[in-house]
Amino acid sequence: MAIELRVPTILRTYTGGEKAVNGDGATLAEFIDNVNGSHPGLKERIVEGEPEELRRFVNVYVNDEDVRFTGGLTTTVKDGDVVVVLPAVAGG
Amino acid sequence: MLIIDQATYDAILAHARRDHPDEACGVVTGPEGSGRAERFIPVPNAAMSPTYYEFSSEDLLQVHKDLWDRDEEIVVTYHSHTATEAYPSRTDIARAEEPNSHYVIVSTRDGAEQQSYDGPVEFRSYRIVDGVVTEEDVKIVAAYAEVPSSELGDN
Repeated sequence: MAIELRVPTILRTYTGGEKAVNGDGATLAEFIDNVNGSHPGLKERIVEGEPEELRRFVNVYVNDEDVRFTGGLTTTVKDGDVVVVLPAVAGG
Repeated sequence: MLIIDQATYDAILAHARRDHPDEACGVVTGPEGSGRAERFIPVPNAAMSPTYYEFSSEDLLQVHKDLWDRDEEIVVTYHSHTATEAYPSRTDIARAEEPNSHYVIVSTRDGAEQQSYDGPVEFRSYRIVDGVVTEEDVKIVAAYAEVPSSELGDN
């Protein structure tokens, strides 16, 4: 078992075109670090700043829950979870 | 160039008219790599604003779960301007996250002073990549079947 990351089209350049990649971790932050280890560059498209936060215009969901309401990068994750990353759609 | 079928083109215009004076928004999706903008998905403007549009977090997820299940991708991202020309605003440029999408903007500005509008609508299409806007021609076809797949592949 592992945790699955569903990769949005614009980030598939970091995964060799793969739509989904697997990783491990106890929190979302650990999971992103772990996935970034095998697919360098992914992390900086999802996370920014110091201390690290989710990028403002990226939505991240764990099992369909928007993590902004579940603790952001500290959200706990476990084997079998599905993490979805999506660029926000907005404009003026 | 954006190649779009008449029915989808009409649906986008109708949505813009229906939501005027607020901005309307949505996407048109198609099988990955096909270039066919064939599934019209109007999305509620969570901002309900005449000057801003956004997909709610829930709608964004739902659209993408459907895409995932169907092996589709976004071909067109559209929204309306209800008081200004059909050209990307600074916000549109800053927030354009999909270099592979056609960004369609329709304008109902001829009805800017009106609470409802049924008149002419401008329809223009752009690529927006790393802050650079490139307008493109729009070709309206009766059906995608009449377009060579090699031509659609670039869509």
